[in-house]
Amino acid sequence: MDILLSLRIALRALKANKMRSFLTMLGIIIGIGAVIVMVAVGAGATQVISEQIASIGSNIILVIPGSTTSGGLRAGSGSVPSLTADDARAIKAECPSVAQVAPTLRGAVQTVYGNMNWSTLILGVTPEFLEIREWKIVSGRSLAPSDVDGALKVCLLGRTVADILFGDEDPAGKTIRIQKVPFTVAGVLESKGQSPQGQDQDDVVLVPLTTAQHKILGTQFPNTVGSIMIQAKSAELLGQAEVEATALLDQRHRIGPSKDRDFSVRNLSEILALSQQSSQVMSLLLGAVASISLIVGGIGIMNIMLVSVTERTREIGIRMAIGAKQRNILLQFLTEAVLLTVFGGVIGILLGAAGAAAVAALFNWPVLVSPQAVVTAFAFSAAVGVFFGFYPARTAANLNPIDALRYE
Amino acid sequence: MDEVVRLIDVAKTYVMGEEQVKALQGVCLTVGRGEFVAIMGPSGSGKSTCMHILGCLDLPSSGEYLLEGQSVERLTKNQLAEVRNTKLGFVFQGFNLLSRTSALENVELPLIYARVPTQARRKKALAALDMVGLAGRAGHFSNQLSGGQQQRVAIARALVNDPAVILADEPTGNLDSKTSEEIMNTLRDLNAKGITVIMVTHDADVAAYALRRVTFRDGVIVSDSAQEPAGRQVEA
Ligand SMILES: Nc1ncnc2c1ncn2[C@@H]1O[C@H](COP(=O)(O)OP(=O)(O)O)[C@@H](O)[C@H]1O
Ligand SMILES: [Mg+2]
Repeated sequence: MDILLSLRIALRALKANKMRSFLTMLGIIIGIGAVIVMVAVGAGATQVISEQIASIGSNIILVIPGSTTSGGLRAGSGSVPSLTADDARAIKAECPSVAQVAPTLRGAVQTVYGNMNWSTLILGVTPEFLEIREWKIVSGRSLAPSDVDGALKVCLLGRTVADILFGDEDPAGKTIRIQKVPFTVAGVLESKGQSPQGQDQDDVVLVPLTTAQHKILGTQFPNTVGSIMIQAKSAELLGQAEVEATALLDQRHRIGPSKDRDFSVRNLSEILALSQQSSQVMSLLLGAVASISLIVGGIGIMNIMLVSVTERTREIGIRMAIGAKQRNILLQFLTEAVLLTVFGGVIGILLGAAGAAAVAALFNWPVLVSPQAVVTAFAFSAAVGVFFGFYPARTAANLNPIDALRYE
Repeated sequence: MDEVVRLIDVAKTYVMGEEQVKALQGVCLTVGRGEFVAIMGPSGSGKSTCMHILGCLDLPSSGEYLLEGQSVERLTKNQLAEVRNTKLGFVFQGFNLLSRTSALENVELPLIYARVPTQARRKKALAALDMVGLAGRAGHFSNQLSGGQQQRVAIARALVNDPAVILADEPTGNLDSKTSEEIMNTLRDLNAKGITVIMVTHDADVAAYALRRVTFRDGVIVSDSAQEPAGRQVEA
């Protein structure tokens, strides 16, 4: 018996009991819808973290001044300006697992262009910073080593700053004032979006490290830097690079029994990878919880199919009397069950997608309805139909023709 | 004589708890091709039981049933289904059409299980409906048809797959006498075209259409004789 015909027969049987078919489907609709929403919420969170990992750059370790813990007391990170550009150079030169090093110095500044002004974050950096962060230029040029060597008054604008100060105008080549000092805008950075901490990473102005040290953020400790960003040669060497850098800095800063560590090393990539893992586990858990409702829906299907087989015993008898084989009867009822769950599955997927969109809009939570989730949900709903439809269908197929015909 | 069905010493016993009901005992019956047999007898004498065995809907407790010379005893459930599909056509007292299904689709059903391709299936089903005079009602649903029309759809369904024999268990039992006459004329016309018909009835007027009359009593055949058919003479 061809598939099309079985589908038509099954469709007619389901249409004969529209309300019942719909209520039976409702279990699957709710189950699949719940799975789609839950997985979308989980996947959205995972995706955000993945994007953040990408925006940070790969295999990154951050060295900041101040010890993490010293005798139970935590000195504020960066409170003591203990790191220098020389530390950065030494790490680059002496640690074999380290690929790149980028010392940075940060501060808050007022920027002015024409009658627009904006207070923002300034970062004194070297060209390596842009390489490690994989941060591209969208107009103008990037920072060159000569800018750093000459402590030139050039800057790169983050997207947000460029938009606020210049609007539609192209900032490249224009002059802005940073703390009243005129700077030439060399270029504009591509947008990075939010940081893992939820800050706007594009609300920033980059200047050469030396320029920041001497012309803007002059401190009482010349040559100090705010932090040192280290990129390991590979993900496998991340831990090794951390050990090497720590040992080198211990030695350079003469850390020992009489002196507490005046810096701390943070493995950013590892922290993010961990949070990514936990969000994946969370989305798996959410999906698993939602699947329970799918199983409940499947039991509903089984229940109704059993009722349907009993009600249609006579029909089964007629079909057998005119030559239906057990296989035909089995397929007929199985098709009905699968049709129910697949219909329910499709509606559930649509409602789930709508629900995910609603969650995104109402709670401002990132959601992601991935094609895999949709395909899996669809396959799952069909599988539920086969699994829970099989027993009733087999019951029907095993009926004795004469008993089925006599059934009142 | 080319023999279509043969029952050899067939018995059927139903077990209901402690009690045993001997529905058939030592029944021997041979029907040749082209015969028109009426089975009569009081209620409970085993007529339906005998028809169910002939129709391969049930198996005898003992004895043997040969259909076109072949024993059905050792056939599997699937093979029995195939025999019912290709060699037997059953007409029930209560019509037993599928509801919410058109006359044409009801008649097509045996062909669907026989895996006849769509085009040929439609053609054969329409031809069968034409044979019972219902070509114009092909698209009607079974509940839109009168009792007589429904029974004729059932007859079309029984004959659509060119069976060796049509088995009709009280085909006029639910119909008034005028409609019964129509049904009997239909069956007689089919028989005139060479189709073997075995029919149960307890209505003497209906039985009169047949060419042979077999009478059951308490599960045994008490008489079996040829008779002159009533009504219009068959022109053939
Ligand atoms: N499924 C069954 N279970 C038990 N007894 C049955 C069953 N079918 C028929 N009988 C009994 O067998 C006997 C013959 O029944 P049946 O063949 O239906 O008679 P008829 O069709 O001649 O009226 C009756 O006594 C009936 O009660
Ligand atoms: Mg009877």
